[in-house]
Amino acid sequence: MRHILSETWSGLVRNRAMAFSVMVTMWVSLSLFGISVLVAEQVDALQSRWYGKIEISIFLCTELSSGLGVGNCEPGQATTPAQKELVRNRLEANPDVSEVIYESQQERYEAFLETYKDSPIQDTITVDNIQDAFRVKLKNPENYEGVLAEAKTLPGVQNVSDVHQILDPLFSALNALVWGARGLAALLIFAAAVQISNTIKLSAFTRRKELGIMRLVGASSGYITLPFVLESLVSAIGAIIFSGLTVAALMQFVIIDKAKPSIQTLEWIGWGSAWTAILWIAVAGVALGTIPPLLSTRRYLNV
Amino acid sequence: MITFDDVTAVYPGQPHPALHRINAEIEKGEFVFLIGSSGSGKSTFMRLIRREQRPSYGKVYVAGKDLSTLRQWKVPEFRRQIGTVFQDFRLLPGKTVFENVAFAMQVLGKRTSEIKREVPDVLELVGLTGLEDRRPDEMSGGEQQRVAIARAIINRPKILLADEPTGNLDPNTSVGIMRLLDRINRRGTTVVMATHDSTVVDQMRRRVIELIHGQMVRDQQHGVYGAE
Repeated sequence: MRHILSETWSGLVRNRAMAFSVMVTMWVSLSLFGISVLVAEQVDALQSRWYGKIEISIFLCTELSSGLGVGNCEPGQATTPAQKELVRNRLEANPDVSEVIYESQQERYEAFLETYKDSPIQDTITVDNIQDAFRVKLKNPENYEGVLAEAKTLPGVQNVSDVHQILDPLFSALNALVWGARGLAALLIFAAAVQISNTIKLSAFTRRKELGIMRLVGASSGYITLPFVLESLVSAIGAIIFSGLTVAALMQFVIIDKAKPSIQTLEWIGWGSAWTAILWIAVAGVALGTIPPLLSTRRYLNV
Repeated sequence: MITFDDVTAVYPGQPHPALHRINAEIEKGEFVFLIGSSGSGKSTFMRLIRREQRPSYGKVYVAGKDLSTLRQWKVPEFRRQIGTVFQDFRLLPGKTVFENVAFAMQVLGKRTSEIKREVPDVLELVGLTGLEDRRPDEMSGGEQQRVAIARAIINRPKILLADEPTGNLDPNTSVGIMRLLDRINRRGTTVVMATHDSTVVDQMRRRVIELIHGQMVRDQQHGVYGAE
C-alpha cells in the first residue's frame, strides 16, 4: 500500500499542472451542478408556498351581472339558492377538493373594506357590487385543472379565478432555468471526464516503462490501476471541497445576506437545501473521480 | 513446462502467419535457443508464452496452464512464473540498481523486510554487489543487463525468457551474461533465449529451435547456429 501511495504522490507531483487543471474544471462543473440543485430547491420552495396558498375562488352571479364575462349567469338574475347548493354539492363531491367555504356578499364586502380602508375606491363600491363566492381548498394544489373545468360549467357561476394561468408560465420559465443549469453542468462534467481521461492517457505514456515492467512481472490490474484512480480521486476531493465552499458562500452571501432581507415576501431556501446540494456535489464528484479513470485505465493501461 | 500444440498465429492484415503450425515441447529446466532472422516469428513465440497474445489456432500450455482458456484476470498471477529480459534492458532511469530490482517485488506487494533480504542476494548472484546505489546511466551495458536479469529472477520465476539479451553487448560481455544465464538455468529455471548471436549458440551447445518465416525448420539438441 505504501508503494501505491508513493506512486500516487509522485504521479501528482509529476503531473501537477494537469491535476490542477482537472481540479479546476471539476470545481466549476460541480459548482454549477450544486447551483442547479439549489435553484431547483428554490423553485420547489416557491411552488409549494404559492401553490399551497392558492385557493380556487368561484364567483357567483349578482343581479348586476350583465354584458361581457357573465359566465353562466342569467342577465339581471343572481345565483339562486338551488344553484348555490348544486355548486357546493358538485365541488364537495370532487375527489381533488379538500374543503369548500362559502363567503356571502356581506362577508366579502367587509373584507374588501378592510383591504382598501385608506383608498377612495371604497366609496364607489357598494355591497351589491360584490359577488358572493365559494373558496375551494385542494388536496393537492397542482391538481387544479379538473376542479376549474368543472366549476366553469356550473349554472350560476360567473367566473372562476385561475391564478395558475399567471404562475404556470413563471414556473415553466424557472424550471427551464433549472434544466438549463443541469444541462450545462452535465456538459461541464462530461468535459471534466474527458480531461481526466486525457490526463490518464498522458500519465500512462509518461510511465509506460514502469507500467510495462509491472505487467511483465505480474502486478495485478488493481495494483496498476489504483495510483491513477487515486490521483484522479485526489483532484475530485479538492474539487468537492471547493465546490462545497462555493455553494456555501452563495448561500450565505447571496441568499441569506442579500436576497432574504430584500424580498421577505418570498419563500427562500435554507441551509438544509445547501447541504442537499453539497451532498449531491460529493456524490457526483466521487463518481467523476472514479468512473472515468477506471474506464480510461482499462483502455490505456491495457490491464 | 512449455508446450506448443499445432500453434498458428496470424496478425490482421498480414498475408502470411507469424507462426505456422508449430509443435514444440520444452521441459522443465531446459535451456533452449530460439534462432531465426528478423520476422521469423521469435518474438511472437515469446509473446505467446507470456500470454501477451493468443494463438489463432492451436494451444499453448505453460506451467500446466492452457493459455487459450486462461481468464484475463488470472494473467498477472500467471506472469509471476515468468521472468523476461530484453535487448534494451528496460531499466527505470530514475532508480538505483537496488530500487530497479526491488521494484519488481514492490509491485507484487512484497514486504520491505523481504525486499531488503532478497535483493542483495540476487545482486550477489548476478555479480553486482557494491553497485546497489548506481543509476543505470552510470553503468556499462553488461552491468545494466545484469540488473535486468536480477529484476527478472528476483521473484523466482519458473521460466526465464531472454529476448536478444546479448544484442547490445560486446562479445566479452556477452560471454559473462551467458555464463550468468547458464548459472540461473542450472538452479532449475527453464531458459528460452531468442538470439541472432551465433557465437553464444555455438559455444553453449544447447537445444536449438530454428524458425524461418514462421515455420519451425529445426529442433536440435546440442545444436549450433547454422545447421550442421
